[in-house]
Amino acid sequence: MDAAKSAGATRVLKLRLRIGTLSGVVPESMRFAFDVVCHDTMAQSATLEIETVPAACWCATCQAEFECENFFNECPRCHDVSGELRRGRELEIADVETS
Amino acid sequence: MCQECGCGSGGGDVKIGAHTHEQEHHHHGHEHGHEHSHEHHDHTHGKQTLNLNRSLMEKNALLAERNRGFFHAKKLLVLNVVSSPGSGKTTFIRETAAKLGASLRVGVIVGDLATDNDAARLRTAGIPVVQITTGTVCHLDADMISKAAAQLDLDKLDVLVIENVGNLVCPADYDLGEDLRVVLLSVTEGEDKPLKYPPMFHSANVAIVTKNDMATAAGFNRDLALANLNRVSHHAHIFELSAKTGDGMKAWLDYLTKQHAAVNGK
Repeated sequence: MDAAKSAGATRVLKLRLRIGTLSGVVPESMRFAFDVVCHDTMAQSATLEIETVPAACWCATCQAEFECENFFNECPRCHDVSGELRRGRELEIADVETS
Repeated sequence: MCQECGCGSGGGDVKIGAHTHEQEHHHHGHEHGHEHSHEHHDHTHGKQTLNLNRSLMEKNALLAERNRGFFHAKKLLVLNVVSSPGSGKTTFIRETAAKLGASLRVGVIVGDLATDNDAARLRTAGIPVVQITTGTVCHLDADMISKAAAQLDLDKLDVLVIENVGNLVCPADYDLGEDLRVVLLSVTEGEDKPLKYPPMFHSANVAIVTKNDMATAAGFNRDLALANLNRVSHHAHIFELSAKTGDGMKAWLDYLTKQHAAVNGK
């Protein structure tokens, strides 16, 4: 909202968040909280768009990424275990649509 | 408010040492009353999209890096000790400080929701300590640490230990500016704790199996626990010890001494 105000906007219409599948953030809870915190602010009735970022691990043996659902995973190619998470912990504001 | 569980929304004040601080929700200098004239703007203008691409954890991340730089300048090795409630953090820290004695001087910042019992236990042992009572907040953040550290005479310390709130969920997301994150797993907790709380165990640099003197009584399956730790905290140094009997403490203290030397470029 500070960014929106500094850009001379009076209303926030849409907020786009990027949430990683291993960020620990539950999109449904985020939506619920979003409505509550936006009430009576310049973001009242703004839409919340959540972009899910699938988690990915780095396999040092294959020198390649693979998608994963956990913190420790077997590489689908070489079956080595990797815990080097490259993506999936995001909790970011991508952009804000204002008027 | 914490991203994991939304704690702290009750509006309780955080108390650091003798002072009470309001929860940080006020704005900072760069965003205050700049009433620039906006001749070039038409305020009835239509939609626009502002690309922000900013992490919601950005503020804590910046403060944590500032803490880290400050602590390095002070030649301090900083530990963030995390575990479930009752894993023995306070006893472990007290014994670490006592056994290091004059070779490395230890100061402690303790976080709890309420009471300063842990601080009192450490203070009785002659350790400089600042208590943070977080009220409703389930973790410590980088801002609380910088305020609490200001109440310690850091020039007289070599190691700063932060005893985080007993919680294996939310503290995982808050970098405090530490050099090492130390997670404790007591033998009474069950071997599968690392599998149940992977973010915390995954983020740890050191994993310590505590209360080892009770392992037999608790029916602790050592091999299974170590296998689980190696799986989730595969990059972490693992120590097995009992702070109470002193068994296994030497390896940990030697490691700490080496880490302190590394921070000081020795």
